[in-house]
Amino acid sequence: MRDVVTFPDWRDRPLDEVLYECRELIEDTDFPTVSRWREAGGKVIGHFQVYFPEEIAHAAGALPVKIRGAPIEPTQADSRFGSYLCSIVKTSLELALSGRIEMELFVTHPICDAARNLAGVFGRNFTYPCQILYLPQNANSGHAATYLRGEYDRLTRLVEQVTGATVTEDGLRHSISVFNRNRALIRTLYETKRRRPWLVSMDEAYVLVAAGGLMPREEHNELLQAVLPMLESRGTTPKDRIRVVFEGGFCEQPPLDLIRAIGRSCYVVDDDLLIGLRWILEDIPEDGDPLAALAEAYLERSSYSPVQHDLRKPKEKMLLDRIREADARAAIVTAAKMCEPGLEEQVTYTHALDESGVPYFVSEFEEGMTSFEHLEIQLETFVENLLFD
Amino acid sequence: MTTATHDIVGRGNRDGAQLFRDWYADLTRAAEEDRGGAYVFVMGSLAELLRTFDLPIVFPEINSLQTAVRHVAAEYLNEAEDYGYSPDICGYVKADVATQLRGGQLPMGRIPKPSIAVYTNACNTYIKWAEIWERMYGIPTFTLDVPGSRAAGAQTWPGNQDFENDRRYVAAQLRELIPLLEQVSGRSFDIDRLRECMGHANVMAEGWKRALELNRSRPATFNALSDGTIFLGVANGLRGTEEGARYFTELVEELEYKSEHGIGTISDEIYRLIFVGVPCYPIFRRFNELFTELGGTFIHSTYLWFASGGSNLGYQYDLADPLESLAEGLLYGVRDAMDSMFFQNHAIENMIDEFAADGVVYHPIKSCRTVSTGLADNRRALMEARDVASLFIESDMMDQRVVSEAQLKNRIDAFFEGLASRRLQSGGN
Repeated sequence: MRDVVTFPDWRDRPLDEVLYECRELIEDTDFPTVSRWREAGGKVIGHFQVYFPEEIAHAAGALPVKIRGAPIEPTQADSRFGSYLCSIVKTSLELALSGRIEMELFVTHPICDAARNLAGVFGRNFTYPCQILYLPQNANSGHAATYLRGEYDRLTRLVEQVTGATVTEDGLRHSISVFNRNRALIRTLYETKRRRPWLVSMDEAYVLVAAGGLMPREEHNELLQAVLPMLESRGTTPKDRIRVVFEGGFCEQPPLDLIRAIGRSCYVVDDDLLIGLRWILEDIPEDGDPLAALAEAYLERSSYSPVQHDLRKPKEKMLLDRIREADARAAIVTAAKMCEPGLEEQVTYTHALDESGVPYFVSEFEEGMTSFEHLEIQLETFVENLLFD
Repeated sequence: MTTATHDIVGRGNRDGAQLFRDWYADLTRAAEEDRGGAYVFVMGSLAELLRTFDLPIVFPEINSLQTAVRHVAAEYLNEAEDYGYSPDICGYVKADVATQLRGGQLPMGRIPKPSIAVYTNACNTYIKWAEIWERMYGIPTFTLDVPGSRAAGAQTWPGNQDFENDRRYVAAQLRELIPLLEQVSGRSFDIDRLRECMGHANVMAEGWKRALELNRSRPATFNALSDGTIFLGVANGLRGTEEGARYFTELVEELEYKSEHGIGTISDEIYRLIFVGVPCYPIFRRFNELFTELGGTFIHSTYLWFASGGSNLGYQYDLADPLESLAEGLLYGVRDAMDSMFFQNHAIENMIDEFAADGVVYHPIKSCRTVSTGLADNRRALMEARDVASLFIESDMMDQRVVSEAQLKNRIDAFFEGLASRRLQSGGN
């Protein structure tokens, strides 16, 4: 990896200031970490939500950047799309058209019908390669892992082409170890959320995780390694708050202010925000064929989302498991406006929650929304009803 | 009009409508006999394979669009929205949910409940849709994952390692699907029967490709939006059958006759138009008339490509090696269907030249992000590349609430004024 520090702002600072700097970074629509990386001569591989095998980009010495939209006006992108679309596809294109994020390669995935179109839309607007990574949609085929290994091999060749670097097996194994460390740290953070949510609020955990999509993972590992002990020794005391699971943040992200507002009303003990960064649930083997290991992990050691169909992971069962494992009392079931898979899954989720007797709060959001008062009052009413039930 | 003309011209529409009625009568009988159906979709239906197991084949997309054409879609959509589905999701899905809640009752008949759902990933909503049946009925569902082109113009071909990776994946899934079909149907797989069905599909694909080519004639031999939708219904509903194969043989005969004798569609052809998107089924006839009344004929559409699952390629299965060939044909066909939705701007440029088109009409719709997401940018790219008239109008394929005929008419009238002005400037009549 390139010897450049993209996010120096947090170092040698107390916890509150570290969290403040992380918030500032996540809300900065000029993406300063990516700019610093590029100014130092680094290559950037932008990948749209949800999951991308970032280890492959890392092994080529490139910075994998999670393209997840932003709360910006799609002034140029708007004319490239019709109506009836989610915001994230428009603002993701806007990030590129406006030059806020410059990259050597853009990769999207067949997660939904809108996202799959992005390869065509980006491809017509930029000269760098814009492609679809065809993650397998038949996760239950006995041939899916073999196929995916081949698709990752294709991606590796493409990454080599755009970076000019050679990706070796040893390089990939090293990258897997860096990302294994990163996933383990994030798991620890989420374990804290689940067990002692008074130590880390929903928005604090969110910015700590989201920062990982914008900087070299070595840096993110350093950040988490420093922050986790600070959280443990924070000294905040538990409050009488309802424990809830938040569902619906797998692709388009709610505005940070909305996340903060939800965190004020209840303890969010688990969620699917930026689930792609936490998709792999266990360490990936660091020996053997690294591409095969990445493929196997995607299919066999992974979380769930409305955009992956796997007969072994019915989404409503997975949500109920998540609620049970987090010892949550209720669920907040959201979907981004115009997000077809999210909105369809809401029906399944709410029917299953009804059958299981789990109280839930249903809502829609958009990344660019700025007023949450109405939603906050509704949520507080929901929480109060549970508290006094 | 000669006797020959009387017998042959319009036969495709007459026979197509009759075959459609017969098909729904068969489905109604299957529902009455409580025979479970195979639920499939138009892009990669696998009808060739499913027929060998004697499963009644149900196309929920076609059922749903029929509710719109027959002006009852609103009832179905409202029922599904009351059940919990958002106004912002695919109208086809919602009409089907309501159909299931009504025990399969539709204006055209009754459809059997599903005993299995088999679908490709050509549209992501197919997968979410099948999950609904999985939960409603506890039936097996099978996603036949067909990787598409990774970028515009990046198709790979036999011998290329990436193509072979895709082909092996599709072939492996077919081998996994067959035992599941045996289990659901209680019938053993019969490879000779598969050869027979694939043979019929070969005739049909050849006919479909030829029919599309014949619209290069001036005047066009059929309207891609109105007549084409009837042909498309047969191409899907009767794929892999003898009747379907015969229909397309006779359709080609009709269109060649019309081409040779200079017989066009029912309207006078002044402007030759290309349609990009999905038809406006809630006002299907009227939508078409808004163009034909001003001399516009749709001579081609991307719909006739993707909604035929790529049959436009005319791919011919190798009956000596049916399963491998089926895998390859699916890969080509479904990939082409996806290309014509995601990466179609260069294909439209070619279409303009090959079919001597005067204008391109883009019709993105609320219901379908697969088709609609990239259309505005596609039009922008086309306008940069070519000096051709274009129109961009939004409505829906199901939901009358977002279809405003008056607004559509205003835009369409203005488009035709532009076409007339262009023709005058170019010295035409």
